Amino acid sequence: MKYPSQQVAKPYFIAALALFVGQIVFGLIAGLQYLHGTFLFPELPFDVAHMSHTNLLIVWLLMAFMGAAYFIVPEEAQTELYSPRLALVTFWVFLIAAALTIVAYLFVPYAQLAAITGNAALPTMGRGYLEQPLPTKIGIVLVALSLLFNVTMTLIKGRKTSINLILVGSLWGLALLFLPAFYFPHDTVKASFGWWWIVHGWVEGDWELILGALLGFILIKMTGVDREIVEKWLYIIVAMTLISGIIGIGHHYYYTGAPSYWIWLGSIFSALEPIPFILLIVFSFKMLMQRRREHPNKAAMLWALGTPVMAFLGAGLWGFMITLAPAQYYIHGTNFTAAHGHLAFFGAYAMVSLAIISYAMPLLRGRTANSAAAQRWEMAGFWIMVFSMIGITLALTGAGIVTVFLQRAADDPMGFMQAQDKARVFFWVREFAGVAFFIGLLVYLRSFFIAGEYEYADEMKQALAA
Amino acid sequence: MIETSADSAQPLPGDFAIWIFIFAELVVFGVLFAAYAFARSSHVDVFNASQLTLNRAYGFADTLILVTSSYSVARATLSIKAGSSTACGHWLAGALGLGGLFLVLKSVEFHQDLAQGITLSTNLFYMFYLALTFFHFMHVVMGMAILAVVDYKAYAGRYSAENYTGVETGGSYWHMVDLVWIILFALVYVIH
Repeated sequence: MKYPSQQVAKPYFIAALALFVGQIVFGLIAGLQYLHGTFLFPELPFDVAHMSHTNLLIVWLLMAFMGAAYFIVPEEAQTELYSPRLALVTFWVFLIAAALTIVAYLFVPYAQLAAITGNAALPTMGRGYLEQPLPTKIGIVLVALSLLFNVTMTLIKGRKTSINLILVGSLWGLALLFLPAFYFPHDTVKASFGWWWIVHGWVEGDWELILGALLGFILIKMTGVDREIVEKWLYIIVAMTLISGIIGIGHHYYYTGAPSYWIWLGSIFSALEPIPFILLIVFSFKMLMQRRREHPNKAAMLWALGTPVMAFLGAGLWGFMITLAPAQYYIHGTNFTAAHGHLAFFGAYAMVSLAIISYAMPLLRGRTANSAAAQRWEMAGFWIMVFSMIGITLALTGAGIVTVFLQRAADDPMGFMQAQDKARVFFWVREFAGVAFFIGLLVYLRSFFIAGEYEYADEMKQALAA
Repeated sequence: MIETSADSAQPLPGDFAIWIFIFAELVVFGVLFAAYAFARSSHVDVFNASQLTLNRAYGFADTLILVTSSYSVARATLSIKAGSSTACGHWLAGALGLGGLFLVLKSVEFHQDLAQGITLSTNLFYMFYLALTFFHFMHVVMGMAILAVVDYKAYAGRYSAENYTGVETGGSYWHMVDLVWIILFALVYVIH
């Protein structure tokens, strides 16, 4: 860490991990409710558990991205953050608003929450991921404006590297793409259009650029490869992301009332969306092979290399399997989509967040890398979480296939609940894999509580002895 | 014969990174062309009938303009290799002018299509025609942006007979844009 103001990233990263734990707990509860529908009912109905699970995901990822921005932008710009105090105030505002929102979900019936928070004046509540009451949404906008002001002012007064330009530019994109959250017309087709600008625009467009910038930063720092080479790769990845991703939004418009040409445009362009992920894999492993130094933080390197691979599997491969219109005709809204959602969100955005946390946290705690023992715990956490998430994905894929064949493509289709019952075994597998994931997360978190830093001399001695 | 094999061993012109991008772009256009062929196979009559309504004279003029602009870019590369950055700049400016002319002509064509009430929803052929040509149109815009940067640098004297990778890099991308148009013109305007 080169600039004291980068320290403001620390509370963001810690809060992100705490919210991540919350997300998994709600995931486990919601998963169990698939098997026992009355579990915790009426205190915590499924819709609330599900909503808390997805909303916490978004909030912790945003926390991690914001922490990453406060860490990276000053270092790249070679100057102190414009206002560390504003960043800290923003942190507390965001954390308290997020916590209050979740508490409100848990203790106030949703309809009542909508009535109290002025949803009648400007209706915004109800759509997936955007369930937040109006004050929270306005809070998100204010927090985003504060972040943008801070990092843009830092960028203006400092060095303008490609990584910083891509990162700050995509943070502007993130904020602008949130604005359709305030557009919720009665016409469901139009409402769906606006909703996908946010959800698709974020995860299949703008956030991929954030991912590229974070990964580029980590790889420059860890491999010592020339900045110029990394930047060229990033520009190609950014271009391919936008070329495929912008029109690729059409794969959400099939059979929704939108014009039928989206069936073709959506299928073709979204089928091209794996290309940037393939490029990300080639890029990361090429940088690894061309490295000029052995960075002691092996755990961060593992996260950085794991991210593009898992992102390709989750977003690229699982996404491709369900994206073509004729396949989507049968698969839409089954657990196949949930399988894709889980592996893509984890593989791309959760993992890149954990990668930057893994790289930055030791530096924020005053060491180049954690001790070898701490890194062993962290890497064990990596593998347990990765394999558990693959387990969750395969189980949900199985459940999705059951639904497709029994309920969708059958000559004599079963009812929804009957088909769900037939998929019960897969929901059990998913729940066990979810518990394993939670254990992996605890193992990962354990690594933060092992004191000491990486000792070159000790490691060298052990390596020579071996 | 020996010369030929020596030529084939030459490294790719320009920065290697642009070739990765060109390859990715060609994959994208390849998938689009394959989708066009796939869609056409089950709607041959619609495709043939609608194709005849396109103005091939415009398409042919577009092709000539782009091929000439590619020639201009090739001359720019030769000029810089001969050490003349001003001539390089002029040839690139010529290529940019032709690129601009292509955009104007294509815009006129789009305007006429719209005036006739042709949209993405008219039929499957027009959907592909409009999507492919507009997607290519945006690539011309991007290619021109790249050439403009190279041209600016050429006039500023940043290239020389020893250092001309940037000119070749921009030129390679522009040739790709040209190549794709040649295939697109043949496929969408002519072959039926």
